[in-house]
Amino acid sequence: MRRHSANVDAPVRLGLEIEASLIRVAGAAGIPSPPVLYVLQPDDDLGSGFIMDRVPGETIPRKILRDEALAAVRPLLARQAGEILARIHAIPTATLPALPLSSARRELGELQEIYRQDGQPRPVFELALRWLQDRAPAEPVKPCLVHGDFRNGNLIIGPDGIRAVLDWELATLGDPMRDLGWICTPSWRFGAMDKPVGGFGTREDLMAGYEAGGGAPVSLEVLTYWEAFGSLRWGVYGLKMLARSSTSDRPLERLMIARRVSETEIDLLRFIAPRDI
Amino acid sequence: MQDQPRPEVLVSATADFLKREILPITEGARAFHLRVALNALDLVTRQLNLAAKSDTAEAERLDMLLGREGSLEYLNRALCDLIASGEFTVATPGLKDHLWATTMAKLAVDQPNYASYRLALEEEAGR
Repeated sequence: MRRHSANVDAPVRLGLEIEASLIRVAGAAGIPSPPVLYVLQPDDDLGSGFIMDRVPGETIPRKILRDEALAAVRPLLARQAGEILARIHAIPTATLPALPLSSARRELGELQEIYRQDGQPRPVFELALRWLQDRAPAEPVKPCLVHGDFRNGNLIIGPDGIRAVLDWELATLGDPMRDLGWICTPSWRFGAMDKPVGGFGTREDLMAGYEAGGGAPVSLEVLTYWEAFGSLRWGVYGLKMLARSSTSDRPLERLMIARRVSETEIDLLRFIAPRDI
Repeated sequence: MQDQPRPEVLVSATADFLKREILPITEGARAFHLRVALNALDLVTRQLNLAAKSDTAEAERLDMLLGREGSLEYLNRALCDLIASGEFTVATPGLKDHLWATTMAKLAVDQPNYASYRLALEEEAGR
């Protein structure tokens, strides 16, 4: 069951009714999805939310990377992820609920504003903002459904592969390459830096799966752009945690997440200012 | 001048006590939050041990880069302005090395086990 109470922590953009309807559209389009059994109604007096059928499998990233029962399927996951993303991006937008439009430039503006509000000067973020603004891709001519948070941690994995795609609350209409870059963002490799796709696979497999699933050919340069974009995006989310915790009861866990922002800085440096070693 | 023992010794002794005596008798969500708290104490210990030296080095590099003196906050803000305006780029002599050195010093305190940091340390060792 997925339900929002009055006190919501996540960077929520979409209402749960919209998320439920996205999961249904995705399921109907052949994307592995949990069946949505019931969407809460006002008469239920339980707030907003929906109930899904249980999908057995693993979602905890480090277990996905280590569990012996998944050893055989791990090498296949990157390709599967590519195929699934191609199918998500091909869903006719006319069948979708109303979604916000996203573009690299617009989102960079938002990230810059959150970063500036935080107040701490961060030269690496400044350089990253310039780098990403200078290279920002043109607005897609035909924006498509972008999942927005497609990564290791939001996928249910079983011995047969990806069984469900979860957490659609950051979905937008925008540039499909954003999803491919996000699952390769170093923060989602969980220590396995040599396996860019979620810590379990190669970019080549992801790109091959994407094309095999009917997606347009992927350029490595564009993919890398969105990986760097992902690092800045995750770093700024860390700052948001800090902003929220300083106005409430300062939960320690959130304060400590803010001390992980420097992880995204070292990853950004690798993209924008690699050392000559 | 304050008396011994120094704060880093007290904080790390506190963490050792909690780890040895309290963590084994704690369960569930409380054990999880205790681990987070222990991580915080370890971070504070590292900062107390490392930050004075790395702050001094950072200020010296900023002084060289910018040709001015001031607090770290002031100097970092000045550097940010120069990067934002495009006056400083990745090609500006010394900037890249400065950003790497500053970021490595942060990770040594924040997350010394982060894979990208370990990788960067190995690269430095193999240089």
